Amino acid sequence: MSKILPELKYTDSHEWVRDEGNGIVTIGISDHAQDLLGDLVHVDLPDVGAGFTAGDEIAVVESVKAASDVYAPIAGEVVEVNEELEDSPELVNTDPYNDGWLFKLKVEDEGELDSLLDAEGYEQALDDE
Amino acid sequence: MTLKTVLHAKHIEAGAKLVDFHGWEMPIRYGSQIEEHQVVREKAGMFDVSHMTVVDVKGAQAQAFLQKLLANDVAKLTVKGKALYSGMLNEHGGVIDDLIVYYFSETDYRLVVNSATREKDLAWLNKVAADFDVNLTEREELAMIAVQGPEAISIVGSLLTEAQKQAVAGMKPFFGVQADDLFIATTGYTGEAGYEILLANEQAADFWQKLLDAGVAPCGLGARDTLRLEAGMNLYGQDMDENVSPLAANMGWTIAWQPEERDFIGRQALTEYKNNQTEKLVGLVMLDKGVLRAGSKIRCEAGEGIITSGTFSPTLGHSIAFARVPVATGEEVEVEMRKKWVTVKVVKPAFVRNGKSLLN
Repeated sequence: MSKILPELKYTDSHEWVRDEGNGIVTIGISDHAQDLLGDLVHVDLPDVGAGFTAGDEIAVVESVKAASDVYAPIAGEVVEVNEELEDSPELVNTDPYNDGWLFKLKVEDEGELDSLLDAEGYEQALDDE
Repeated sequence: MTLKTVLHAKHIEAGAKLVDFHGWEMPIRYGSQIEEHQVVREKAGMFDVSHMTVVDVKGAQAQAFLQKLLANDVAKLTVKGKALYSGMLNEHGGVIDDLIVYYFSETDYRLVVNSATREKDLAWLNKVAADFDVNLTEREELAMIAVQGPEAISIVGSLLTEAQKQAVAGMKPFFGVQADDLFIATTGYTGEAGYEILLANEQAADFWQKLLDAGVAPCGLGARDTLRLEAGMNLYGQDMDENVSPLAANMGWTIAWQPEERDFIGRQALTEYKNNQTEKLVGLVMLDKGVLRAGSKIRCEAGEGIITSGTFSPTLGHSIAFARVPVATGEEVEVEMRKKWVTVKVVKPAFVRNGKSLLN
């Protein structure tokens, strides 16, 4: 059974979102997503300063098995990316919710956070897959 | 229907992630696929390959039958236990399957063929065998465990009886010997030293556990695929099939053209193709980020091609692939990757052997 943290928000496409306050969110992929992909070998991260709207392709995670797009869960501007992943993409596998974070966004409209799934909703979504 | 090997319960016990592999529920990985790959390159790993099909061929015309059936020539085999890799072709010179044949005498051989092609292989074997005085026996009562890696031989050795140790002492690569209750062969699909061991189904779980206790790591089909690709070994159904000539699949070395009078199945079509060969199998190396994937299109001055197998190479730290391309292809080709064209280097289709890179 994959791990789901109660304090995070999620999307149907398996991104997680952590509200850091002051309009900043951290985004990564869920434990379920990293387990489906298997060992990651490359992570393509967006440029700092780039703007995205919800649903945009914002990053690519590539494993031995497959390449998968990561979508922007909400609109915002990239303020930081996890540069550790350049040399250690496996952090996404070993610690998807902490050291394996992908990027941080400065959110346009914090109200959009309410449209995301909570832990219970995400668990339900996984059960339905 | 889902088929399960006798080691299925051991895989569950070890927390394997199971997938459907041509009707068999098999472990794709137990934990990290890359770690499983590395343990085989550096120490010892084991694979459940009990789904593979073993067929014993016995009879007065066993040799003549196999000389008709196979593109390689079993007459090359004169030392007891020696093994040979060969394609089994159809009349059009396409590959029905690739297999290993072990020689015990001119009236006694053993074939190990793929599981994915079991039904059509058995049908073809029986059809060809009808014209020969030969008996085919599928050995479904046998399980098969591949133990591979630089420490594989010494670790397996620690589990053998004195008589078995003597039976395998000094055995060269590509031999097999019946050592009491184990058939032990110095064959494999990883590019490392090691054994492939056939044993009775009821013994398999116990032997697997002994290997685990001796420090051999269980490895899944995922690592098996990256290991064989690094080692430059073809996968049937991906790198060749019934519509691909062995000459276009880097299997030219497995075709025995001499003696000319040996009329093996597919010979005529193969001879015609050889005189007008259009494609060949090459290796590709990409040092940039990204992973080459099977099915991706290739273009170059000589024409178009396709990637037949592609992966990230854990040993080399970048992507590698096999591609079927026009014979005149030069040192570079372009590959279509996620809607853009990327230039990659063309090399011989083999990348790692005995833990060492074969690239310059």
